[in-house]
Amino acid sequence: MNLAYTLRLADDALIIGHRLSEWCGHGPILEQDIALTNTSLDHLGRARSLYQYAAEQFNAMGTEEKKNYFSSVAIQNMVSAGETLDEDDVAYLRDGWDFKNLLLLEQPNSDWAYTVARSFYYDTFNFFFFSELQNSSDTTLAAVAAKSLKEITYHLRWSSEWVVRLGDGTEESHKRMQQAINDLWMYTGEMFVMNDADKDAVQKGRGVNLDELKPKWMERVQSILDEARLTLPAATWMQSGGKDGKHTDNLGYILAEMQFMQRTYPGMKW
Amino acid sequence: MAVHSFQEHFDSLIDRDITIEPKDWMPDDYRKTLIRQISQHAHSEIVGMLPEGNWITRAPSLRRKAVLLAKVQDEAGHGLYLYSAAETLGITRDEMYNQLHSGKAKYSSIFNYPTLTWADMGAIGWLVDGAAIMNQVPLCRTSYGPYARAMVRVCKEESFHQRQGFEIMLTLAKGTEIQKKMAQDAFNRWWWPSIMMFGPPDAESPNTEQSVRWKIKRFTNDELRQKFVDVTVEQTKVLGLEMPDKDIKWNEARGHYDYGQINWEEFWNVVKGNGPCNKQRLDARRNAWDEGKWVRDAAMAHAEKRKARTAAVKAA
Amino acid sequence: MTNDKLNIIKNEWPLWEVFIRSKAGLDHKHAGSLHAPDAQMAIENARDVYTRRMEGVSIWVVESKHIQASDPGQSESMYDPASDKIYRHPTFYDLPDEVKYM
Repeated sequence: MNLAYTLRLADDALIIGHRLSEWCGHGPILEQDIALTNTSLDHLGRARSLYQYAAEQFNAMGTEEKKNYFSSVAIQNMVSAGETLDEDDVAYLRDGWDFKNLLLLEQPNSDWAYTVARSFYYDTFNFFFFSELQNSSDTTLAAVAAKSLKEITYHLRWSSEWVVRLGDGTEESHKRMQQAINDLWMYTGEMFVMNDADKDAVQKGRGVNLDELKPKWMERVQSILDEARLTLPAATWMQSGGKDGKHTDNLGYILAEMQFMQRTYPGMKW
Repeated sequence: MAVHSFQEHFDSLIDRDITIEPKDWMPDDYRKTLIRQISQHAHSEIVGMLPEGNWITRAPSLRRKAVLLAKVQDEAGHGLYLYSAAETLGITRDEMYNQLHSGKAKYSSIFNYPTLTWADMGAIGWLVDGAAIMNQVPLCRTSYGPYARAMVRVCKEESFHQRQGFEIMLTLAKGTEIQKKMAQDAFNRWWWPSIMMFGPPDAESPNTEQSVRWKIKRFTNDELRQKFVDVTVEQTKVLGLEMPDKDIKWNEARGHYDYGQINWEEFWNVVKGNGPCNKQRLDARRNAWDEGKWVRDAAMAHAEKRKARTAAVKAA
Repeated sequence: MTNDKLNIIKNEWPLWEVFIRSKAGLDHKHAGSLHAPDAQMAIENARDVYTRRMEGVSIWVVESKHIQASDPGQSESMYDPASDKIYRHPTFYDLPDEVKYM
């Protein structure tokens, strides 16, 4: 049973994919508009694979267990009616507190520097995380990891290069990039918090030990920031909560927009 | 060689259906007409991202979301191919952007209408892309090489766009009452603007005759419009929707469907900037461009710094 | 040239020509152009713009200003001389039908 772990990874992918998709049609130059949309599509694709797997695991549970697993009325009604869930039900019918994505990923795009900084922190994490997840004893997760790693390697290259470009570009871009790096820093600690789902997954050989990831992440971030002539933010209070369903205001708005069709017109095929 | 022989050579290439390439001699008006038409086409792709982009975050399923995102991204790609084709004629992309942002350059008026429901994604794919394809397929044989090659690439990618639109319409038309209502409502709103997309009637289209002679255009506005009406009426039967035009009637003598009076007053007003979304669309484009300036400048500055450093290392 | 305003635009990312090898063993073929500040981003942009549908396995980029092109006004002297040298083409030679694969 790896549902909680699968769902969290799916939520991460969906929320960052959603945020990046907001750039489509509004990028600073056509070529980069297209590039960022490719990345958004990669995340969205990974989200779908993971939600499909999550739905499969959910549908395999006993009725009693299913009933209270999600508090969303829409899902509870489906369970009572004996219906099974699919990827869309899982994505569109869960309430905010059942979303376990990292707080970092729901932060707004703000400007190109914030978007780059958010992706850079996450892509770096993802690169090491999915490298390890390839060894998961859960063969579905291992397969998703292997496919995703190729995409993530490219994402990391893209975001690292932009950190360097903006950090070591003009005076204005340097200032903006440093600001974004500083402001989002407080959301990076959460990536390495080992909660119950993490501990359980690691113990069963399915998940990744985040304690081991942290030094690798730190080293890589430091080296790119050095190249970009940027300063690593000082140690500070790290805000967490997303992995336990306690979000910032942002998620509510994302879900209101994303889920509106499915919530307004329940049970229809699109 | 005397000037008149350049002209004769050019005319003979056109007559023999041999494409004109960037370094070939061409009449000034040919160049100007191409720049106007290609950049207008490119602008339409870029502005055309906005009405559909509007629904990316609200798409009703993950599959639809991915398809829509990929589709809007394709439009960015098409804009890019077309800007590149125009650039071979001696204008820069920045200049073309300036013309768009200042309101000097036009783009397809259809994108000045709002997208009110999800069914609009279906109607746009089916009707707007359908009309665009009808315009674009002949352009794959247009006389200017870079434009023709860009259009080949565009048409290849475009074929999925109309299909996904029709699929959305079909799903809605065969769905629940409310979905059917959504589909019909979108059809009603998009039908007239779609057939206006082919441009003013031939009698009032000042550029058509010359463009056809130069093989920049291969069919007139009215010819293409008729073709579009004919196929759409048949497709509507498959969907089981009602034609928004009560005057649609098969004309045995012509072998075509007759259609009702197009409201050209509305058309010209939307062209002039009085459509429901003209301002919103241009503002969105200008904002993206203005807010992206520091990003583009930073990338250039960084590239130059790197080049200088590499040169310094080599010199040392 | 109709264009007399080239100088008013500053700092536009340079234009690059993109060549793509569609599969192993084939030549790189001109795919189109794009803008990028440097070669590295030109290659990445080319990947994102021109290989979205698995069109390529290898990419070349060259800044457009470095392309040297022949003059179409001289095309008669450049290419017509080759038109009477049909002996360069394999079909010029008559071989007996029994000879295969040559």
